[in-house]
Amino acid sequence: MATMNMIQAINSAMDVMMTRDPDVLVFGEDVGYFGGVFRATEGLQKKHGITRCFDSPIGEGGIIAAAIGMGAYGLRPVVEIQFADYIYPGYDQIVSEAARLRYRSAGDFWCPITIRSPYGGGIFGGQTHSQSPEALFTHVAGIKTVIPSTPYDAKGLLISAIEDDDPVIFLEPKRIYNGPFDGHHDRPVSPWAKHPASEVPEGHYTIPLGRAAIAREGNELTVLAYGTMVHVALAAAADAGVDAEVIDLRTMQPLDLDAIVKSVEKTGRCVIVHEATRTSGYGAELSALVQENCFYHLEAPIERVAGWDTPYPHAFEWQYFPGPGRVADAMRRAMGK
Amino acid sequence: MQNKKKLSLYIPQPEQRPGDIPDFSKIVVPPPGNVPRPDSAVEAHDIRDIAFQLIRVLDNDGKAVGPWNPRLDPETLKRGLRLMMLTRAYDDRMYRAQRQGKTSFYMKCTGEEAVSIAPALALDPGDMCFPSYRQQGLLLTRGYPMVDMMCQVYSNVRDPLKGRQLPIMYSSKAHGFFTISGNLGTQFSQAVGWAMASAYKHDDRIAATWIGEGTTAEGDFHQGLNFASVYRAPVILNVVNNQWAISSFQGIAGGEQATFAARGIGYGVPGLRVDGNDFLAVFAVTQWAAERARSNLGATLIEHYTYRAEGHSTSDDPSRYRPMDEAKNWPLGDPILRLKRHLVAIGAWTEAEHEKQQKDVIEEVRAANKEAESFGTLGTNPPSVKTMFEDVYKEMPWHLRRQRQELGV
Repeated sequence: MATMNMIQAINSAMDVMMTRDPDVLVFGEDVGYFGGVFRATEGLQKKHGITRCFDSPIGEGGIIAAAIGMGAYGLRPVVEIQFADYIYPGYDQIVSEAARLRYRSAGDFWCPITIRSPYGGGIFGGQTHSQSPEALFTHVAGIKTVIPSTPYDAKGLLISAIEDDDPVIFLEPKRIYNGPFDGHHDRPVSPWAKHPASEVPEGHYTIPLGRAAIAREGNELTVLAYGTMVHVALAAAADAGVDAEVIDLRTMQPLDLDAIVKSVEKTGRCVIVHEATRTSGYGAELSALVQENCFYHLEAPIERVAGWDTPYPHAFEWQYFPGPGRVADAMRRAMGK
Repeated sequence: MQNKKKLSLYIPQPEQRPGDIPDFSKIVVPPPGNVPRPDSAVEAHDIRDIAFQLIRVLDNDGKAVGPWNPRLDPETLKRGLRLMMLTRAYDDRMYRAQRQGKTSFYMKCTGEEAVSIAPALALDPGDMCFPSYRQQGLLLTRGYPMVDMMCQVYSNVRDPLKGRQLPIMYSSKAHGFFTISGNLGTQFSQAVGWAMASAYKHDDRIAATWIGEGTTAEGDFHQGLNFASVYRAPVILNVVNNQWAISSFQGIAGGEQATFAARGIGYGVPGLRVDGNDFLAVFAVTQWAAERARSNLGATLIEHYTYRAEGHSTSDDPSRYRPMDEAKNWPLGDPILRLKRHLVAIGAWTEAEHEKQQKDVIEEVRAANKEAESFGTLGTNPPSVKTMFEDVYKEMPWHLRRQRQELGV
């Protein structure tokens, strides 16, 4: 065991996989010699050699297309898109190609690629360094979408993603790379070292895709969250004095519906939180699923807390970010308080 | 006040439209054999001028001339001729099948047979092809069963792709034929990635990809060239300039200001421009590019200068946007007739043999079609609907299982 922050855990996952499997290689903008703008690939080129961790041109479409070609050849490329906000030039390659190779070739071709990308707000990144585009991927048949919320999960999920034979979008909540930020931006953030999930095995382990985790057990209401919002929801529950059960989805596709249904049937109330814009966000899908599967157990309308339907504004970081105040208000509404 | 000239917007237009007399007099057809053949290890910047020339081997009398003559034995030439004739007969039959309502869609490669069949013969069988939708000749050359191709076109119970793809979007890993997308250009930069992987693994296989001149306007073309240049990927990047992208002439893709082969110059990738209706010349440039790629010297961009003799697909009527008899006037002729003339000229082929072969390929296609139709045509004997939910993921997730149950299959 070692104490790791989320960046170190992600780095360790790639390091472990590159050591185990010569077909795993890593590339993307600035990831080689420099080790990435967030340092996620630090030391990998030095340790594993220049052909296994290298810089790419600034062309997200080219990065993802090259990864698809490599995947079709039989490699397991892990590519970094420097910010999720930059992924759109590669979107056609993800949606029309990576997601569909297996289907359109009737299983003849596939590409076991992992696309890592930091996402989310809370860093004063403005509209081009703060977006949460997960719903653009969960809407697409043929790809998996994963978002970790702790160093321990990040490593185990990333190893699963790399070993998976389907393309995986691995979105990293960059606001919690260094510590479990709970949305109270006016307070100091405690480092990961003080959190139990920073205890990370140095070797190989996996967390299966498609299984949610219970971040906090509770009986009064269920919170569905992922990424940074797991920690915000935990803080909000404490602030509101609600005995909330906080479900950390970890994987959006495939989704652990059983965990959701089990919890909502127990609590009868549900609050869904995400940073992404509200309209047609992943919360809409979650809300529909809870309604379809748990309607007769619900004692209150399902609440959604999300980013506003505007681009992410630089000057209004904390008015935009769905912080613990808004989440606590939604909890109180769901409780009829 | 400054007296400024008013600006005007330029929109390229083709020389002729329906009703006009086809006139290709502006196309300069250089004599065969006038382009030097550099060593395949040449520096890209030393052969920039080739991107503006036209590599040709066959002259009007059917003689093979000049340094690019690949000096193929008559058996290989005859094989190439037969495959081109077979491909044309296949296209004719399947086009008719679409007109008979047996399938929804078809695309012919008439006039462009050489740009897939000559490369398929010049490449090694293990080399990976990332085709566009008009390279059916690759599959027939590599021995893919014609019946399977037809079953794919008919989306019937024997369709290897289980009725999931539009007709002609074939796929066969065993034949080194990447699944055709339908989104233009995406395979161009994927081929570069495949080639990078081959180099990464110290393999000896190379990749080849084909797009049309219209698709060079896509970002994938430029990103593919960029990545191929940066990592010296062992890949052959083919641009089939058949003059037309559905109804848009090549000027709309940017062909008026420079050749498509010249797009390689800025990337430091050799750009060869070849007479795409000259089987020998296409074979020779592919061989050159393959040799260069296998020597770890990276990619080559090849512009195949040819003409799309038929419509884009069964869904368009070319008489609505270009003169009816343009194809007949194309100054570079027809690839089948030109190779035939060469074989006759070298005494390896006769008119009688040609006529017999023409009957043979039609009969081969007829027999294959009879077998394919016995498995059904579109809508008459489809694959099991159950399979619709398979292969989205390696393992079927719960939501797809539920949806399959909802459909009751």
